[in-house]
Amino acid sequence: MITFNQVNKRYPGGYQALKNVSFEIAAGEMVFLTGHSGAGKSTLLKLIAAIERPNLGSVLVNRQNVGVLKSRALPFLRRNLGIIFQDHKLLFDRNVFDNVMLPLQICGFDYRESHKRVRAALDKVGLLKREKSNPIALSGGEQQRLCIARAIVNRPSILLADEPTGNLDTEYAQEIMAIFKSFHQVGVTLLISTHDESVLKNNNARVLALKQGELQS
Amino acid sequence: MRHAFDQNVGVLRRMFASKLAGIFNILAIGIALSLPAGMYVLLQNAQGLVAQFSGTPQISLFLEMDAKGDDVDRLRKQLEQQPAIASTEFISRAQALEQLKQSSGLADVIGSLGQNPLPDAFIVHPKPGGAQALEGLRTELAKLPRVEKAQLDSAWAYKLEALLKFGRVLVLILASLLSLALVAITFNTIRLQILTQREEIEVSKLIGATNAFIRRPFLYFGAIQGLLGGIMAWLIISISLLLLNHQMAALAQLYASQFELHPLSPGDSLTLLLFSMYLGWLGAWLSVARHLSHIEPS
Repeated sequence: MITFNQVNKRYPGGYQALKNVSFEIAAGEMVFLTGHSGAGKSTLLKLIAAIERPNLGSVLVNRQNVGVLKSRALPFLRRNLGIIFQDHKLLFDRNVFDNVMLPLQICGFDYRESHKRVRAALDKVGLLKREKSNPIALSGGEQQRLCIARAIVNRPSILLADEPTGNLDTEYAQEIMAIFKSFHQVGVTLLISTHDESVLKNNNARVLALKQGELQS
Repeated sequence: MRHAFDQNVGVLRRMFASKLAGIFNILAIGIALSLPAGMYVLLQNAQGLVAQFSGTPQISLFLEMDAKGDDVDRLRKQLEQQPAIASTEFISRAQALEQLKQSSGLADVIGSLGQNPLPDAFIVHPKPGGAQALEGLRTELAKLPRVEKAQLDSAWAYKLEALLKFGRVLVLILASLLSLALVAITFNTIRLQILTQREEIEVSKLIGATNAFIRRPFLYFGAIQGLLGGIMAWLIISISLLLLNHQMAALAQLYASQFELHPLSPGDSLTLLLFSMYLGWLGAWLSVARHLSHIEPS
């Protein structure tokens, strides 16, 4: 599903974020990405979504080399990905419901179908009762769950999560991990970056460890 | 389809949220457009006036006050021999006075005159020719015996015609400049809109929005703002004409004649609205093309 081949990423200014990273994630797998801050976790996720492009090597998503995709093709790659951002990237000028609606609007979904899907996604993360609230009124954990709802409403086959439990206490973190596991069970491919040791301990899954841009084996 | 519509309505509602700024924008566009369009209307009216009077040029030959009947006959024969003249028409002093009484609205004044101040006159209809040929004929006729004065009646119309041509160029220049202003106004408004919605644009790009999807509401906004500006210009012109016509009627009555400014024709109105809408769209398009590519998620 996701294949990295000898990937190098150097940012303008010379900072080498990833060095010779190679790995493969099969369809339906759940994989954790660990490492200290600055180890290159976010960069790796950005390469998958083609927010950044590799300097060397290739990144394949669904057998498509996303590093050389034309910018015109990017939207269609991203519609297959659900991305949960470290900083949520919620829009505070509209309510919870409309935030989750955005991906469906972008894909041009049927009106009635999209309303059903938004409710289903909100129900899944336990925010159905807050659909009229402004995201700013939500707690950190609720905002995180809203971000998940937005990422899954489009039913993507791949879910990328950047530090989804980063700022949450253990109880919330466990809730979130439970939600991810339920997606894993229905066959979604997940790549979750975290530096939270307890999350790794409680979940039995493959771990990719990054250290200063290099993959530890 | 319904959905795309909903989405656009949502975005547009957010864009039109700052009502006061929007109204001022529309007002600015309306005023900018109403200047050339209003001048165009006045020109059209003047044009109609000129066409009414200068359809066929004619030369008036005024005879000396003491010219007698056989002087008139002799002159008539001489005129008939002129190859450049199509026909002539004699108007005696009495006829002339009667006509003046009827057409000018000065009947009272004329009635109070002791004697007829008007001379006998010939109205000469020349064969078609250029302005120069007409002027040549006029000087020739002026030299005939017993002719006091030969006057080319359409001279003022030619002058007005030239003035109108000047006016039309002026309108064209003004229209071009103010159209540019309209495009600039929209360009700037859209730039601000893009800046305030930067976050939404970034997030939309991250979750798979195409450029066309992001561009669309901005283009709609530009077109709608242009259209509203056009409607504003139309209202400004129509109300101004209404006020002017009110005064014009009073003025015309004083001269016992009828004259009225005609408003924009339906075709011209439609052109004005479509043109302003197009300019708004163009300004938005330029702005979006310029500013949207700078917003990339990171």
